[in-house]
Amino acid sequence: MWATSYLAMENRKTAEMTFWLLLTVNSITFASLLFLLAAGFSLIFGLMRIPNLMHGSLFMIGGYLGATFLGGMFETISFWVGAAASAIIVAVLGAVLERLLLRRLPGQPLAQVLVTLGISFIVADFCLMVWGGDPLTVPGPESLEGTIAIGPMAFPLYRLAVIAIAAIVAIVLWFLLERTRFGAMIRAGVDDPGMARVVGIRVSLLFTLVFALGAGLAAFAGVMAAPILQVYPGLDQYILPLALVVVILGGSGSLLGAIVGSLVIGFIYNFGQALVPELAYFVLFLPMLLVLLVRPQGLFGRFEI
Amino acid sequence: MNDNITRRQLLVGTAALAGASAFPMPSIAQSAPVKLGLLTVKTGPLAQAGIQMEQGVITWLKEHDYKMGGRKVELVSADTGGKPAGAKTKAQALIERDKVDVIVGPLAAFEILAISDYVKEHKVPTLSHAGGDDLTQRTPNPYFLRPSATSSQAMHPMGHYAVTEMGKKRAVTINFDFAFGHEQQGGFQAAFEQGGGCVVNRLYAPLGTPDYTPYLAQMKDCDVVCQGFASSAPVAFMKQYAELGYKFPVVAGETGADDALLPAFGDEALGMMSCSPYTLDLENDSNKRFVAAMLREFNVVPGFNAAGPYVICDVVNAGLEAVAGDTSDRDKLMAALKAVNLKETPRGPISFDQFGNVVGSFYVRRMEKASGNQYGLKLWNRTVKTYNNVGQFWDWPERDFLAKPVYSRDYPPMNKC
Repeated sequence: MWATSYLAMENRKTAEMTFWLLLTVNSITFASLLFLLAAGFSLIFGLMRIPNLMHGSLFMIGGYLGATFLGGMFETISFWVGAAASAIIVAVLGAVLERLLLRRLPGQPLAQVLVTLGISFIVADFCLMVWGGDPLTVPGPESLEGTIAIGPMAFPLYRLAVIAIAAIVAIVLWFLLERTRFGAMIRAGVDDPGMARVVGIRVSLLFTLVFALGAGLAAFAGVMAAPILQVYPGLDQYILPLALVVVILGGSGSLLGAIVGSLVIGFIYNFGQALVPELAYFVLFLPMLLVLLVRPQGLFGRFEI
Repeated sequence: MNDNITRRQLLVGTAALAGASAFPMPSIAQSAPVKLGLLTVKTGPLAQAGIQMEQGVITWLKEHDYKMGGRKVELVSADTGGKPAGAKTKAQALIERDKVDVIVGPLAAFEILAISDYVKEHKVPTLSHAGGDDLTQRTPNPYFLRPSATSSQAMHPMGHYAVTEMGKKRAVTINFDFAFGHEQQGGFQAAFEQGGGCVVNRLYAPLGTPDYTPYLAQMKDCDVVCQGFASSAPVAFMKQYAELGYKFPVVAGETGADDALLPAFGDEALGMMSCSPYTLDLENDSNKRFVAAMLREFNVVPGFNAAGPYVICDVVNAGLEAVAGDTSDRDKLMAALKAVNLKETPRGPISFDQFGNVVGSFYVRRMEKASGNQYGLKLWNRTVKTYNNVGQFWDWPERDFLAKPVYSRDYPPMNKC
């Protein structure tokens, strides 16, 4: 059953290359997950100036819904259908929360922080009640099972697919923001909300739609991440700081900022854990600190936090 | 009617009190229930293990009609969250607010290390499931008894087995980065290297990390991997290990292949060797009864996290019987607990050394496909070797062992391989 370990006898140089290659590809995979999450957060924060601290919870609920849909309850459901269903449900949830709660707190960042934080605690407890304390495994799509050879090592096909998915989403979002009227309204709202209202943009409807979009993206990210990270209590608290760092680093309201920020954080997180494990979190937050000191709006941000 | 006590009330009250204290107090204490405080974990990354602990204790209590040593038992459960600060807070609540007689638990080594001084100060007998090796070695706590195992106790035979019976020479170890992980790794390294092997690299992942890829990427140049993950983490680890195409044989301690995880492991875990003070396949009457009771009450297969606390209840019961149920004299109770010697428990025979640590049997198992009627499980840990009378010092003389530092993140030091 257990074959003799070839790696032990193999060329040391090949083993070195495997190390760098594995970590590089994994960094990009992780960056892809972060991008899906951070893009939504960045849009919400950029447009509505709401620091949405329940974004991690939306990610987690998306994962849990994915686990329910894909975990055998509905035997024949396709992975993508399940992911889309999760995204839509959470998007609706996000829209409802925005309309009922956040709408009543315009321009009060502290209140918004506290409300979204409070909701995230409620959601976390709710998930614990419904799905229990054990981590849930979600199977990836069957068509993406197995590994693919990259150089000397085998890499799971699913993780590569995640990179492709994130790239597609990035392109779709870019198109949405740069080439559609809806996107133009969002960009106008990010640049100058007051002026946007004067010009006749229905900002309040825009807010709800963008919040729903951000929430849906977060849930989609949660389902995509589930086969890799599993879904478990505490997932929200694990992923939210990372998304925050991405947005602060890359700049809010900027798609390019979300892409670049995700890549930077993805690499630092993976290589940091491998090379300097005792300092992993320090190394992660240090760039964020530097950026806040030197260029507070982030690398590509439109305004200061 | 005003709120102040009137003079009449004061006089009557004082007289009643004086009168009552004149009578010899009946031993109401003896018919009061024994309060058992359970420090467990119900939330966070260690929750899976903590929930098993509580199930093990409740199974024992239900089987014995909530009676120990002839007295009724009241169980007070507390969730520490799997954090040292939480353990301290809950220990304080149990001791000062709930006035428990005995503490069972906690789960994790870093939790017991956080509360040891406190329970010593308050003289509360604490029967730990957690490791925290030094508490029965260089900094012994007289109110501390460990019926489970030190963190390293199962890793000593595992390291020995890996080098002598499996013929491995170069190991990479990986654990969570907390006391239990450090102590496990130390035990494995000490025994492995004593047999002529060498630990090439030791990796520590932050507790609760979901993605092991950065650590898996560093596994090379070895012929065996030793993992000591706890709670439900071994399942995710083995899945990711196999996904990235690693084929080195894997060995583990008592948590890395815990029997409670058998339903969750996949075929990638086949062949994993593990060493544990408890094994589901132990063929004795008390184990069969215990497993049947767990399945009946909670419909879960027990692992060491349930069996350990179950046996702790056996020990408390035996200790209470020896002192005729008298929990008022803590020192007498501790002496009785330390003297407990049980021939038959779900984990086999146990007794205690002079530091209050258990001496018992340790089982090396291999994970295989289940054949036949094994509780409906697809995978099964089959015992391939039993080490009897294993104490905390393995086969080293006690004085030599204690002269060296306790196992920690940096001890034993890495050798050039």
